[in-house]
Amino acid sequence: MNARARAEFEILKDASRCIDCGVCEKQCANGVYKKAADGRLLIADEKCVNCQRCVEMCPAGALKVIRNRNTPQSDGNWHLRAVREIYRQAETGGVLLSSMGNPCDMPAYFDRIAVNASQVTNPPIDPLREPMETRVYLGAQNRQITRGRDGKIQPEGKALRLEVPVMFSAMSYGSISYNAHAALARAARELGTYYNTGEGGLHRDFYEYGENTIVQVASGRFGVHKDYLNAGAAIEIKMGQGAKPGIGGHLPGEKTVGDISVTRMIPPGSDAISPAPHHDIYSIEDLRQLVDSLKEATRYQKPIFVKVAAVHNIAAIAGGIARSGADVIVLDGWRGGTGAAPTRIRDNVGIPVELALASVDSRLRAEGIRDRVCLVAGGSIRNSADMVKAIALGADAVYIGTAALIAMGCHVCRSCHSGRCNWGIATQQPELVARLNVDEAVKRLVNLVTAWKHEMEEMMGGMGINAIEALRGNRLMLRGLGLNSRELDILGIMHAGE
Amino acid sequence: MEIYAKGMGYLQLNEAVRACTDNRISIRGCNGQRFIACASSGRQIDVHGVAGNGAGAYMESGVLNVYGNAQDALADTMNGGEVYVFGSCGDAAAYAMRGGEVFVRGDAGYRAGVHMKEYGEHVPALVIGGRAGCFLGEYLAGGIIAVLNLQNSAQALGEEAARGMHGGRIYVRGGINVPLPDCVTARTADKEDMCVLAGYLKKFCAAFGGDAKKLAAEEFTLITPANKASKRLYAGN
Ligand code: SF4
Ligand code: SF4
Repeated sequence: MNARARAEFEILKDASRCIDCGVCEKQCANGVYKKAADGRLLIADEKCVNCQRCVEMCPAGALKVIRNRNTPQSDGNWHLRAVREIYRQAETGGVLLSSMGNPCDMPAYFDRIAVNASQVTNPPIDPLREPMETRVYLGAQNRQITRGRDGKIQPEGKALRLEVPVMFSAMSYGSISYNAHAALARAARELGTYYNTGEGGLHRDFYEYGENTIVQVASGRFGVHKDYLNAGAAIEIKMGQGAKPGIGGHLPGEKTVGDISVTRMIPPGSDAISPAPHHDIYSIEDLRQLVDSLKEATRYQKPIFVKVAAVHNIAAIAGGIARSGADVIVLDGWRGGTGAAPTRIRDNVGIPVELALASVDSRLRAEGIRDRVCLVAGGSIRNSADMVKAIALGADAVYIGTAALIAMGCHVCRSCHSGRCNWGIATQQPELVARLNVDEAVKRLVNLVTAWKHEMEEMMGGMGINAIEALRGNRLMLRGLGLNSRELDILGIMHAGE
Repeated sequence: MEIYAKGMGYLQLNEAVRACTDNRISIRGCNGQRFIACASSGRQIDVHGVAGNGAGAYMESGVLNVYGNAQDALADTMNGGEVYVFGSCGDAAAYAMRGGEVFVRGDAGYRAGVHMKEYGEHVPALVIGGRAGCFLGEYLAGGIIAVLNLQNSAQALGEEAARGMHGGRIYVRGGINVPLPDCVTARTADKEDMCVLAGYLKKFCAAFGGDAKKLAAEEFTLITPANKASKRLYAGN
């Protein structure tokens, strides 16, 4: 009884342009279009997720998808979303499941931070004329310099070398397609950076990109075995995820088919459940044990990352992780994306990564252990400015997930959990996966990161900074706009004008 | 080759084990050094003394004999091979184990066999001669756990066994007198079920003594996942 009211979008078909080719029907995996027996095209608005596939593919440009002009009554308190969600739950009795990051209109601190530039006294640097260092190392920090018999400096351990401080964050094979993984792996290699397998194991075909791969170990330990651990350049222990802190993962049996089951190393059709906690980790000492056992299994050749969701006590938690022997701490903010998470968790649990990052960096400095670890920030880095601000707040590098997907052709329709991604990204249906052209996607990913690199160099040059080291944690380069003094304190920045 | 572990830290000991070219290594005077036989393949490692946390973690193949007790996280994410513990083992044994076999002569601590899973020809097995602590086989996704309770203690299992179990099988000698969750059913093991177990009992008895045939003839309770889907209903939003 609420189907019409639930419809978020309406489809406008311009009959004067339509050539009746049937492309829209073929392109929409959500079954919005259907040819009736009498030849008329029936359109089910309520099934549309506004992924724009049909609009892009219509050869006559006859389609437009717009926000549904017909809306049930709503007001400042009972806004449309709240009403529609109640309809959904009243119909199904289900826990609401969403994908992509928290879309709610809450403060994005990045948007309230302004970056500095040099004027007069400290001249800016022209990146076109002078060398700019954007390379960073993640891993062993070489705090003590020791020399071997030959007089050469001996490294303390391994570190990852990133030509740009951007990596592709964990997205499992299963949540995204084979083609999407292939594109991320190839782009990472071309860019001199890294992509992350997520918790679904590593497809045999992608072992060759090992030098640019971070393999993940999550509570379900899917696909984790000796070769896998040794295949990547680093290992990431996933303790939590910004989109769903405190929640495990559940890939339903329908999706664990074919290569997915082979890669996860579970029987086809069986549920892949990642428990919320690692059942062998109840303390920092336990975490240390997992870090150590992974180091043993890889003969101390791989840096170990520990990824946690940004939550209330994050500074203390990060302090513990820094002492667990981990080399890199990954902070995932509450706007981080996901292939599927309960809506209420995604939209209400966790804290913004800007605040988490600043408070972790401050705490580690105060405790004198900042140089023991590297910090990576993720959870909605949308552009190079967010990246520059994150680095100035204390990050060594950033992770991008959603931005990478958008570069590959994602239209942010937020329906990855349906498994019917019309753009071939968050789906396992072969005919949909084939829509993602890997060569094209690699090119677009490389373009994106290269453009960000140039932009970052320009911003750095403007500040009179020619190396990332001089930007990292350099909060003097940031000023807050319209933030209260508590927020400024936590971010460790002054207000604009000060 | 023999290695005297006394006074060695685990880094040193494991480095010595890795550096050793023999396929059979005997560690004497072991006193809780961690991660012995971690990710090891194709070797026999005999530990005399107490094996520390994470013994046999990610083990690929070969044999690990512990002539004494093993501490926590025994056979964590083990992939293949055989582990024999002649004493008891600590908490979280066989966590997320995917293949191979673990035999513990004595008791197992809390959270044994959590989230074990099977895949293809890999069917992991955890056989516990004595009792198992609380939370045995939580989230069990595949493989076989057997609790033999050879000391005939009043309670073979601790509380909260088989929580969230959705695959695999748990055998318990005798009856079960702790409550089980809705997601599983328990029944007396029939002949066919016992055929599956017989091979493991044989190996257990061959290693630690006892009469496998007699054991197999006794009554076992079998816990398997209930058919009803334990999935929570989600509504796409
Ligand atoms: S779901 Fe996508 S393809 Fe289908 S009608 Fe809507 S915009 Fe078009
Ligand atoms: S990945 Fe696909 S399903 Fe997910 S938001 Fe992007 S276009 Fe939509």
